[in-house]
Amino acid sequence: MRLLHNYHYAAAMLLFCIGLYTVIARRNIIKKLIGLNIMETSVFFFYISLGYLDGGIAPIRTGGADPARMVNPIPQALILTGIVVAVSVTALALSLVILLYRQYGTLDVDRLYRDEDGGTHGGPSGEDAP
Amino acid sequence: MGTALNLVFIALLVATALLAVFARDLLAAVIIFSVYSLIMALMWQRLQAPDLALTEAAVGAGVTTVLFVVTIFKTRRREEEEKE
Repeated sequence: MRLLHNYHYAAAMLLFCIGLYTVIARRNIIKKLIGLNIMETSVFFFYISLGYLDGGIAPIRTGGADPARMVNPIPQALILTGIVVAVSVTALALSLVILLYRQYGTLDVDRLYRDEDGGTHGGPSGEDAP
Repeated sequence: MGTALNLVFIALLVATALLAVFARDLLAAVIIFSVYSLIMALMWQRLQAPDLALTEAAVGAGVTTVLFVVTIFKTRRREEEEKE
């Protein structure tokens, strides 16, 4: 019964598990980044659910809104920063993905490891080899 | 009433997350992920966080999708099959 009442937390945990599975099990790097974004969003969802009140109103003081019924505004302010940081992390990671593709010609993690061992694509370690 | 709507949104979130993870086409996965972000923006509004809803709709569904699409066009669109 308590799980039914706190279904937001269960949903956030489920989404986090989906993202974690993607980051661990999928071999494509862009898929891994999508999984990382899903994980980030689920953590934000969990945090906002912590500050939510049943039947609460948005924390905006206009027209004599009752502050006692407002939801907690501090998690919202923190998560607003978190969303922007998540986009910055995604942009940096995608630029690194483009550089990796130019160097090795693949986005598959297994092939990247194999090429690093063999050095067939002439990476930074392969250029010195005769 | 509100709980039922929240449960519908959560079911849609899980469904779009799974579809984005298991799509073979990377471009399709990214577009499904932008749908996921839009549903998450609706969910923020349900949780009485309108500023987060605005930011998620503009940044999460807009800027992130554009970044992913540019990266896919600069690299390759298909996920590589394992040939052993």
